[in-house]
Amino acid sequence: MPSLLIADHQNTALVPATRNAATACAALGEETHILIAGHDCTAAAESAAKIAGITKVLIADSPAYAHLLAENTAALIARIGSAYRHILMPATTNGKNILPRAAALLDSSMLSDIIAIKSPDTFKRPIYAGNAIATVQVADERILLSVRATAFDPAAESTTAAPIEPIEAGEDLGISRFEREELSKSDRPELTEARVVISGGRGLQSGENFQLLYDLADKLDAAVGASRAAVDAGYVANDLQVGQTGRIVAPQLYIAVGLSGAIQHLAGMKESKVIVAINKDPEAPIFQVADYGLAADLFQAIPELTTKLP
Amino acid sequence: MQILVPVKRVVDYNVKVRVKPDGSGVELDNVKMAINPFCEIAVEEALRIKEKGHATEVVVASIGPAHCQEQLRSALALGADRAILVQTDSTPEPLTVAKLLKALIDREQPGLCILGKQAIDGDNNQTGQMLAALTGWPQATFASEVTLNDDQAQVTREVDGGMQTLSLKLPAIITTDLRLNEPRYAALPNIMKAKRKPLATLTPEELGIPIEHRLTTLKVDPPPQRSAGIMVESVDALLDKLKNEAKVL
Ligand SMILES: Cc1cc2nc3c(=O)[nH]c(=O)nc-3n(C[C@H](O)[C@H](O)[C@H](O)COP(=O)(O)OP(=O)(O)OC[C@H]3O[C@@H](n4cnc5c(N)ncnc54)[C@H](O)[C@@H]3O)c2cc1C
Ligand SMILES: Nc1ncnc2c1ncn2[C@@H]1O[C@H](COP(=O)(O)O)[C@@H](O)[C@H]1O
Repeated sequence: MPSLLIADHQNTALVPATRNAATACAALGEETHILIAGHDCTAAAESAAKIAGITKVLIADSPAYAHLLAENTAALIARIGSAYRHILMPATTNGKNILPRAAALLDSSMLSDIIAIKSPDTFKRPIYAGNAIATVQVADERILLSVRATAFDPAAESTTAAPIEPIEAGEDLGISRFEREELSKSDRPELTEARVVISGGRGLQSGENFQLLYDLADKLDAAVGASRAAVDAGYVANDLQVGQTGRIVAPQLYIAVGLSGAIQHLAGMKESKVIVAINKDPEAPIFQVADYGLAADLFQAIPELTTKLP
Repeated sequence: MQILVPVKRVVDYNVKVRVKPDGSGVELDNVKMAINPFCEIAVEEALRIKEKGHATEVVVASIGPAHCQEQLRSALALGADRAILVQTDSTPEPLTVAKLLKALIDREQPGLCILGKQAIDGDNNQTGQMLAALTGWPQATFASEVTLNDDQAQVTREVDGGMQTLSLKLPAIITTDLRLNEPRYAALPNIMKAKRKPLATLTPEELGIPIEHRLTTLKVDPPPQRSAGIMVESVDALLDKLKNEAKVL
């Protein structure tokens, strides 16, 4: 039985985590169909058709799916989902919002944030902020899985395109309405896709001081992230929070600046390849996970680092 | 209007959780337990809505062993009006929790149900969305601002890349994110008063929902440990290591 991948996308493009989830689908050993529910979403469907391993693209194009409202989208997944054994979606905020609703409509079990597939019914996922990894077996006819993107490589591009098949859209249930969104604009790479991430904590002391990290980020083509304390204090936007309850990142290089390394923060970054910590307190817990630690005042170390980089 | 707030008893967020040597689970003996932080935020939001005159009663509910009474009493001390414990010694899965909460909603007929976005033990982030499906109600997850007027809720949500605002027809399901509010502390007289507030106990059987188990945890492992790193003395030394040893620059 084929697997169904639910794409996260912005109509004109796929959210990259969709490609990582496609790799998880491939590991299930069946062919993969991908659903694009959206509005004016042909461009997203065309890029989905070129993901290696996708054998069919289902497109449901309707204003009802313009903002991937959970009510309408989950109803669509429930309508077509009974033909599949596995239904996957990346664990983005859309995936987390929509997939559990679809699971309950299908009276099926769901596992969140899977990081490994042991067999078609057995999966690994982190619990307790990543302090433990559970291996869970699912005894259910149908299994819904949200996929932690950092645990799977993005699927390759295919030279041939899978066929795109329009499916009937459902009605707008009309119980919720999209009002507006404010998306942060940045010329820097996206947090979850960047090769280098520089995160600041309460030690930065103000939003203005984050400029020090932006200057360094410009030299390294890095994304900037933050601890919860820095976000709560209003230094930077909410969606920069890295951690158990924020974004999960695993870049080649993670530079933690003026943040202590609470377990909730570590949960979001400790799979990074190389971790650097810069903190004036040599006892800060962040040094326990850092490959390279520098006990120094960030207000001296960061400008010096920026100046000395080419 | 009644607001129903499901609260979960979990290991306190300050505890460094350890995996049992036999891999059967995590060490929970003599560990400090607390209300799940996101549920505390949910209780606070419900109280604020009531204080603004948009609700008449805040009911808190927990599903779990008799010990959950402690967390329900804490929620009553914060200001909730009454509590319901659905008592069971088995650990129900999110779908079953959602079914039990749906049965409670059928009995209590709240106009709004506010849950935490995730419980910090299982990190599932599923129950609110599943409950919304079972009730057929609209949902706004990861809320950072909630405004009620007439029969609508306007909710600003924390999403990848920024903020999104939805309006929902009541009754509705809302799940809380960290920045929705800062929960109050319970004052001592309220802790005393909470002891006399009503706390009803029900069983899953009385609600007509059998506890099923479709998920089996085969084992629990500690996460892979990172090998110990080194301290460097200067920015120059750091740059040298990143270039020549780690080769990431
Ligand atoms: C339910 C829940 C969920 C949470 N989820 C998250 C999450 O997803 N992500 C997250 O990050 N946190 C999360 N937290 C919060 C977490 O517990 C910590 O409170 C938070 O990570 C601390 O942020 P911080 O390290 O910036 O601040 P602090 O712990 O205050 O650390 C500041 C650090 O800066 C250093 N410093 C100060 N000045 C300088 C200087 N001049 N130069 C160098 N170093 C300096 C200090 O030595 C200190 O170590 C959560 C908490 C709860 C309860
Ligand atoms: N056993 C439980 N008792 C009461 N509420 C629960 C229980 N389990 C989950 N919830 C609610 O559902 C939210 C999300 O939990 P979860 O889906 O398990 O991450 C929690 O913050 C609670 O509001």
